Amino acid sequence: MNNNLYKYILGIADNSLILGQRLGELTGHEPSLETDIACTNISLDLFGQVRSYFQYAAKIAGDQRTEDDIAMLRKEREYVNVLLVEQPNRNFAYTMARQFLFDVYHLLFLQELQKSKDLTLAAIANKSIKEVSYHLRFSTDWIKRLGDGTEESKAKMQDAIDSLWTYTDELFHQTEADKVMVQEGIGVDVTVLKKAYYEKVNAVLEEATLEIPESKWFQKGGKQGIHTEHLGYLLAELQYMQRAYPNMEW
Amino acid sequence: MSEEQIKNLEAQFEARIARDEKIEPKDWMPEKYRKTHIRQMSQHAHSEIVGMLPEGNWITRAPSLRRKVALLAKVQDEAGHGLYLYSACETLGVSREELYEQLHSGKAKYSSIFNYPTVTWADMGAIGWLVDGAAIINQVPLCNTSYGPYARAMVRVCKEESFHQRQGYEIMIKLANGTAEQKEMAQDALNRWWWPSLMMLGPTDAESIHTEQSMKWKLKRKSNDDLRQQFIDQTVPQAELIGLTIPDPDLKWNEEKGVYDFGEINWDEFWQVVKGHGPMNKERMKARVDAWEEGQWVRDAAMAYAEKKQERKEKRVV
Amino acid sequence: MSNKKNWPLWEVFVRSKNGLEHRHCGSLHAADEEMALENARDVYTRRSEGVSIWVVESKHITASNPEHNGELFEPAQDKVYRHPTFYDLPDEVKHM
Repeated sequence: MNNNLYKYILGIADNSLILGQRLGELTGHEPSLETDIACTNISLDLFGQVRSYFQYAAKIAGDQRTEDDIAMLRKEREYVNVLLVEQPNRNFAYTMARQFLFDVYHLLFLQELQKSKDLTLAAIANKSIKEVSYHLRFSTDWIKRLGDGTEESKAKMQDAIDSLWTYTDELFHQTEADKVMVQEGIGVDVTVLKKAYYEKVNAVLEEATLEIPESKWFQKGGKQGIHTEHLGYLLAELQYMQRAYPNMEW
Repeated sequence: MSEEQIKNLEAQFEARIARDEKIEPKDWMPEKYRKTHIRQMSQHAHSEIVGMLPEGNWITRAPSLRRKVALLAKVQDEAGHGLYLYSACETLGVSREELYEQLHSGKAKYSSIFNYPTVTWADMGAIGWLVDGAAIINQVPLCNTSYGPYARAMVRVCKEESFHQRQGYEIMIKLANGTAEQKEMAQDALNRWWWPSLMMLGPTDAESIHTEQSMKWKLKRKSNDDLRQQFIDQTVPQAELIGLTIPDPDLKWNEEKGVYDFGEINWDEFWQVVKGHGPMNKERMKARVDAWEEGQWVRDAAMAYAEKKQERKEKRVV
Repeated sequence: MSNKKNWPLWEVFVRSKNGLEHRHCGSLHAADEEMALENARDVYTRRSEGVSIWVVESKHITASNPEHNGELFEPAQDKVYRHPTFYDLPDEVKHM
């Protein structure tokens, strides 16, 4: 098994898995029926991507593991998503800010990944780009609406951006597997996406009349499996059935 | 308008419905027709929206990714169906916000089955199979109801719902063919959801107050008892096929009538749940009210932004 | 601090594929036109029902009044000469 490739795929897929799970918590509880349907659509897109990635990862692993084993039967230190996506749904401003800060990165990333020498990854990226372009459009519009809406919404959105800002830099960190994959022409060099990312994010924040946070102190660790305390609870729900009823089919 | 004129209009109106003509929003209609439709359509819409909650309860814990996406899509459809039905109500001059207020204040009813808790994963199977199965029996005839917007909404709903029951039954098949523990889980869910599903088709004809008028307006094509019989007759063989037992010792095939005889329904329980004493009434309503109230600032912000944008646009034109 | 202004109602028209007209498929609520388009996409094209969407705020639609249906639509009913079957042609002329 190509261990680096396997790890590399998890690094991509875990982001979609955890963010999709977070959005799934909101189905039925959103500010309007229309936003409820829209956010569930985003969640469904992400889980669709997750399944493609994990099915591929299972093939590479070449043992008996299935997409569900990979998604649900790892320990907390083995999930390698960025800290940003595991942050909880404190309110709608947080949900949209988290979405936006990830979407900008996600689209830049996929645009590079579709050039990958690995044709499966390139194909998944190619399909996902259309979905993620829409996610970005949706979240960008909400950043503007809440940022430039009422005083209350502006304060809430600013608070969300300020709180989540510390998790943005990690998006551009490279793991050892990343470096190997970049060398082989399979992986994306995320370090070069950073400039475009902040340009785009800052432009939207400005348009939304929001302050761009000045803090230069960033959190990291997700890519090494060292997470915030929030992830454990998310995993407890995600894994509940597989843990409580091992080795069964559903 | 004189009384005679109104009588005349009413007679013409009833004749149109009898001829299978559709009534459209701006057409003249008796006040009672309007009110009955608002009540039934909104009750239906509320049921879709509250119905998202018991299943939504298992989205984060679905046992596989395949089940998770199916469940997400199903609960999302329920939001869509609520939306279509609220829209149909709005054609009669009542806003979605007014309807929400009626729901939140407890004035409006919704299907009482959603006041039962979803305790295990098998409940996702039982709800899809039984609750959606009963709902389909109720809904298919409504595709031909007399009020155009309601009929059109129902066509859409029925088309989309065709996967819901299969989704639930498939979950049950897997469980019933699984380990002893899984099979037990499936049987337990059937035991808990069977009787509420029968109740869901409404009180017995003797106690149902709206039936006669509703039949005339094609809001209802069959009586509650007939629908219930149809549901039982179609569901019993499905249970047998996967080796599950209907929790009714009196259930027996009646050769003579060609239908199943079944046991006494506990109508006292039904009315208690309708009155708000079901296990989950309070939680369900709280979840809806919370979503609405906590969403207020979001909806307000979007309006404020829209107005600012409009002003800017107008300034540019000047 | 709610300003109590609710999202207005919009009507949604969807073209199911190129070559066909946009057809009314339902309504929804949205604060502005962008949101109306996005909501329409999410609500009404989840099953690949469309390739193009129109949205219009419901209040901008002017509708005829059914009470005037007599004067508006009945006069057209006896103008049978507008239809091809009004004209007698010999059977030998098969297609015209």
